[in-house]
Amino acid sequence: MLVIKNLHAEINGKKILKGINLEVKPGEIHAIMGPNGSGKSTLSAVLAGKEDFQVTEGEIYYQGKDLSELSVEERAKEGIFLSFQYPVEIPGVSMINFMKTAVNEQRKYKKLPAMSSGEFLKYMREMKDLVELKSDLANRSVNEGFSGGEKKRNEIFQMAMLKPKLAILDETDSGLDIDALRIVANGVNKLKTPENAVIVITHYQRLLDFIVPDVVHVLYEGRIVKTAGKELAYELEEKGYNWIKEELGE
Amino acid sequence: MDIQQTFEKYIKIFEAHSPQLKAAESELVFETRLKAFEKFKKYGIPDHKDENYKYAGISEICSQDYEFSLDSRNALVDLNAYFQCEVEDMDTHVVLLSNGEYYQNNKPIESLTPGVIVCGLKEAKLKHKDIFEKYYNQYASESDDGFVALNTMLADDGLFIYVPKNTKVNKTIQLVNLTHGFGNKNIFKRNLFIADKNSELSLVICDHTLNNSNNFVIDVTESYAGENANLQYHALQNEPNKSGVINSHFIKLDRYSRVNSHVLSLHGGIIRNNLFTKLAGEFAEANLYGLNLTDREQRIDNFTFIDHLVPNCTSNELYKGILDEQAKGAFAGRIIVRKDAQKTLAYQTNRNLCLTPEAKMRTKPQLEIYADDVKCSHGATVGQLDESAMFYLRQRGINSKEARLMLMFAFANDILLKINIDPLRERVAGLINARLRGEFSDCSHCLMNCHTKN
Repeated sequence: MLVIKNLHAEINGKKILKGINLEVKPGEIHAIMGPNGSGKSTLSAVLAGKEDFQVTEGEIYYQGKDLSELSVEERAKEGIFLSFQYPVEIPGVSMINFMKTAVNEQRKYKKLPAMSSGEFLKYMREMKDLVELKSDLANRSVNEGFSGGEKKRNEIFQMAMLKPKLAILDETDSGLDIDALRIVANGVNKLKTPENAVIVITHYQRLLDFIVPDVVHVLYEGRIVKTAGKELAYELEEKGYNWIKEELGE
Repeated sequence: MDIQQTFEKYIKIFEAHSPQLKAAESELVFETRLKAFEKFKKYGIPDHKDENYKYAGISEICSQDYEFSLDSRNALVDLNAYFQCEVEDMDTHVVLLSNGEYYQNNKPIESLTPGVIVCGLKEAKLKHKDIFEKYYNQYASESDDGFVALNTMLADDGLFIYVPKNTKVNKTIQLVNLTHGFGNKNIFKRNLFIADKNSELSLVICDHTLNNSNNFVIDVTESYAGENANLQYHALQNEPNKSGVINSHFIKLDRYSRVNSHVLSLHGGIIRNNLFTKLAGEFAEANLYGLNLTDREQRIDNFTFIDHLVPNCTSNELYKGILDEQAKGAFAGRIIVRKDAQKTLAYQTNRNLCLTPEAKMRTKPQLEIYADDVKCSHGATVGQLDESAMFYLRQRGINSKEARLMLMFAFANDILLKINIDPLRERVAGLINARLRGEFSDCSHCLMNCHTKN
């Protein structure tokens, strides 16, 4: 589904990703862990196509397509979803209008007819229930005045609405208490199918108790320095990242 | 033509037409003209050297000649047929002005609330002399603005509305300014709206230009809200690309009165709006909202002046602007809180979006506070669309163009939400949406704008 080869990326001349190799297959859950500043969020932004970052070397293939040729919105319509670490507040844009536009743009892309208002509202209600989103949030402006936990839950709600093939969860656990974490993780698990894939970016092993990864990668200074099964997350939790640094001879 | 020549032209016009004007009105009204004439001679046409008109583009307007006439320029065709309000579910009393004159074939207003007077200003001068003379030019005469003086000395007609005490006008009154005919026209309109004690009046004013000319419109409107009166004023400015509009609105509020003013500048060539608001009685409340959407070479300049004379009054001012392409805009918001005006609440906000590097917006808040127990605030911003919001919307599959529109509409939305008449708000929402999409706000029969679009 996703093949990243020797990916280098920079922002304002500052090199952040220095040769990433990664392959994600349908049905898999990958966790990417690493200390602050290792390039985790940059990787998610580059996958989403954020123009602030320049890819200087390497390739990203998604479902056989060269991602560099696709705009942010095309990638989204192809099924790449980014759950933001800091969801943006957009006063004056209602959640309903936002989601309706997004869902119908995606349907148009897939040459499906637009959903009627009635169909859409029904669908929205179902997805709200699925991810246990409080109903009034959907009636407000996008993320405006939402608490930290509500914002993260709203990200998972949007994920439910858009049914991505590849979801990238960028530190979705940050700022969540244990109950909220469980709800968010439940939502992700309910949306999991053998056809889609999830990349979970996190500092801590905590979230991985709920969203159990098939593979864990350690990102350090712009490169993936270690890849193993889910037990790696526990090892990191226990020993910290210094252990990796020592292994690398630093 | 230049400003000096334009000035001299108006001097000559007044001298040539004063016998005709004098013959048709009372001595008192004509004296008002003479005083305005003196004032005009003294202050002249404000240009870019005048701090208040620095960015208004007056010399550009004055570069052309416009045809002035006191004779009726009423249409030969039935204007009622040209104009049918397309605001769905909007039940209003419609009144037409034809090139600034009260249209002689206005359909009689059916089932107008008893006691309410709606007629041409020219007619009111004679038929409702007492009321007219009590209010006419009372507040406007305080101004030293050359255009206000020019209007006072030359304007002959417009709309007059009087709502007597304890009366609520049963429907919104909709004034439609129709401009038509050949040639570049100079149009002077003078409106006088009076809402007496405990009365309620809601007004919608819109523009429909049917010709393809460059017109120069110089308007003055005075609104008087009596004790505990409620006045809702909505102006939808929609003028062709090459028009020049200088519009001055004077609002005087008596105690316990409430006035909401909504000035929505949807389209125009060069627009200058002056808004003078005087809170003259305690516990009065003025809510002043403005929205302007400009693109291409359009210019918009809003000058507002809020005068807190007495204690315990409130003013809320919110003006927003979206400027695209090479549009230029200015906002100057002056608020004076006089020494006696304790417990004043005065809030002013001006926010602007410049969508291109060429679009320019200048904003200048000016607060002068002479009382010591007041709450006043002001804020002004000029910025671009929020890039992080753009990325967020696009990441959900919404294309850049649509995402931009959503953010622009959201920006305009809080002005929209202030409109209390539901069908009007929906209609304006549609117009704003169409306007932002670059489709002309095809406000019914405004043929002119559809042509200039291409």
